Amino acid sequence: MKVIRKILDDIKPNVQKGGKFEIFHSAFDAVETLFFVPDKVTIKGSHIRDGIDMKRTMIVVFIALIPALLFGMWNVGFQHFKSLGETVTLWPAFWYGFWKVLPIVIVTYVVGLGIEIIFAQKRGHDVNEGFFVSGILIPLVLPPDIPLWMVAVATAFAVIIGKEVFGGTGMNILNPALTARAFLFFAYPSFMSGDKVWISDKADAFSGATPLGDALVGNFDKLPNPMDMITGIIPGSIGETSIIAISIGALILLFTGVASWRILFSTIAGALIMGLLFNLWGYNDYMNLPAHYHLIMGGFAFGAVFMATDPVTASQTNKGKYIYGFLIGLLAVLIRVFNPAYPEGMMLAILLMNVFAPLIDYYVVASNINKRLKRVKA
Amino acid sequence: MMIKIKKGLDIKLVGEAEKIISKLKPNSYAIKPTDFIGVFPKMLVKQGDTVKAGSPLFFDKYRDNIQFTSPISGKVTELRRGAKRVLLEIKIEPDEQIVYEDFGKANPADQTREYIIEKLLKSGIWPFIRQRPYSVIANPENDPKAIFISAFDSNPLAPDYDLMVHGKGKVFQTGIDALTKLTSGKIHLNVNGKDTPSDVFTNSKNVQINEFTGPHPAGNIGTQIAHIDPINKGDIVWYLYPQDVITIGNLFFEGKFDTTRLIAFTGSEVIKPTYFKTQLGACIDSMAENNVSDVKKRFISGNVLTGDKVERDGFVGSYHSQVTVIPEGDTHEFFGWLIPNPKKHSFYRSALSWLTPNKKFKLNTNLNGGGRAFVMTGQFEKVFPMNIFPMQLIKSIMIEDIDAMENLGIYEVDEADFALCEYISTSKINIQEIVRNGLNLMRKEMS
Repeated sequence: MKVIRKILDDIKPNVQKGGKFEIFHSAFDAVETLFFVPDKVTIKGSHIRDGIDMKRTMIVVFIALIPALLFGMWNVGFQHFKSLGETVTLWPAFWYGFWKVLPIVIVTYVVGLGIEIIFAQKRGHDVNEGFFVSGILIPLVLPPDIPLWMVAVATAFAVIIGKEVFGGTGMNILNPALTARAFLFFAYPSFMSGDKVWISDKADAFSGATPLGDALVGNFDKLPNPMDMITGIIPGSIGETSIIAISIGALILLFTGVASWRILFSTIAGALIMGLLFNLWGYNDYMNLPAHYHLIMGGFAFGAVFMATDPVTASQTNKGKYIYGFLIGLLAVLIRVFNPAYPEGMMLAILLMNVFAPLIDYYVVASNINKRLKRVKA
Repeated sequence: MMIKIKKGLDIKLVGEAEKIISKLKPNSYAIKPTDFIGVFPKMLVKQGDTVKAGSPLFFDKYRDNIQFTSPISGKVTELRRGAKRVLLEIKIEPDEQIVYEDFGKANPADQTREYIIEKLLKSGIWPFIRQRPYSVIANPENDPKAIFISAFDSNPLAPDYDLMVHGKGKVFQTGIDALTKLTSGKIHLNVNGKDTPSDVFTNSKNVQINEFTGPHPAGNIGTQIAHIDPINKGDIVWYLYPQDVITIGNLFFEGKFDTTRLIAFTGSEVIKPTYFKTQLGACIDSMAENNVSDVKKRFISGNVLTGDKVERDGFVGSYHSQVTVIPEGDTHEFFGWLIPNPKKHSFYRSALSWLTPNKKFKLNTNLNGGGRAFVMTGQFEKVFPMNIFPMQLIKSIMIEDIDAMENLGIYEVDEADFALCEYISTSKINIQEIVRNGLNLMRKEMS
């Protein structure tokens, strides 16, 4: 630790303002603050400060994503060998998936962090930790065989158009990871949908449809049994399949208070209520699908836990969070059942509600203002 | 009235003052014009003048009837100025024995409002009566809708107000009697509902006693006003501290400006934290003599959340009855953001301190991170017990949207109400400074 400190102290004068390598200032700063909490002390206001900071908050989300990541790696391998008709033990399946997923993660981080550091340097702020999380979220919502150049393009699009044009972390309107996914979904649909892309190097004869894909075309008899959907041994995006792994992440986020329980609760409630209403209507087979299936199919659980709860793009008021989450759940199921073009409704539901979140807040805040005005008259 | 505050946070620190009182005779006192927000000092004395306790030192250029007097008799030794020649301190070297100006004894109950105001202005006690909105010195021409006195402090290492007023029931009541003439409304005396408050408070007459329980900021005047009689646009509420009520009582009881008060000397770097009996504006150096540790420290006039950074040879601020000494935190900490450190305190459960709710912490001045944009939401609301959206109000101040600030309740708050939000801020935003800027802007707009 003293050695690292010494190396950093030796480099520091060169990268500071006026130094020879000034352009690496932000990059150096990011590395330095990764190893050491800076020696900055309070100058104004409260003399003591809470032990938390943005890095610690973001690492909690990162940790919460690890079960889904590890399971996803294993499942990529498991599905691959299953489609070939081979059965393998735990580790070969995991390593197969590991080498499939790792390059996607690396490409995402290199491209995303590179852009973040350039923007931080130009703007003269610290490198924000937001991409810490986005960088792992993006791979987890992609199919395993996605070409790496697409990952790079989508990440660049998400970071620049989704985030930096609005002013960077904390200012963005749309969730960056979902922006990346939506970009790929609309730009390269053949790599992002259908029944060929969800299993890595799939044998042609094997059906690789996801539960949502089956449901869309009416193959309800082909749906995997609910237990498989909960454990996650089904084809799908890398990190979205296992409800168990996602639930472990959810517990971590809820326990630490990093994710809003209000959003998570109301998202699930919204989906269940919409599902039950469809059950009552019962016009076609999809409407008759038991409501709880919607919670375990496709990207609903992953989106509800890791995307809907993104504090920057969600509603910021407590009341607003209930409405925001409820509408996400409701719209996700609505899109799944009614829209013939997109099997997955969660991504679009969240992005749509991201756009409407400020409007929800506007009305919640307006009601507080009205109460205050009424008090004056009374 | 019994009011239970649910939202908030008690930060438990090492170094609470033991209830031992020793007399302190520092060799220097000072009044700091910068303590009085919005006041532009016009000097009435110069270096070398001799003053009595109660002699005017300066007045406010904008409100010339508000004058500031010397807490002690002696010689003016220095008018210390800072950047742009801002007057920072008027230093006074005390006489052996305090000589007081005579303002004449009187029974406030028999006097008119005009007489009482005149006396408070002339003696220099008036600046201790402040108003909301804006948290500035009250305007004697206003009729406030109520006067609030918080009889307890819930800040970290807070001094014990019961000890401060102990045995001073008569003087306190005299002070209250004077205050009752100043408002057509009520006087609210807000006591701690959990601990047994001093009978000086509970036996007070002509006041409404309200009991508050719950975590900090239950003792903050802003919290109390919001729960009893919230401020609407156009309303004015006055407030002051119990020790200043006693100073008012002394003025009428003995006819002199006697600021004798207790100052709690607290914090983890104080070897023996106790109380000192001294006068307003005492030099901190004499408290620290042989009584602080050797590490690099920060001296704070006031508490760790809202106090002012001072030097070791600095002075206790006019609105403070506490000095806190904590370690400076200007060191690099290896992976400090990642490794759970049982020595750190956090409001959040991503650290370990929630496991030890009764542990007393030794916290330093490290920012524990870097400044960021707002990212997390819904956190401030957990420590902000008012019907106000804290983050939305802060943002409206940052963009200087006057209408939004007014609509979101800026008249009801001051920077101290946001101290806990600042403490728990993940993005390390200096919220108290933002709120003060907003109040100053609003005051300028409205005048």
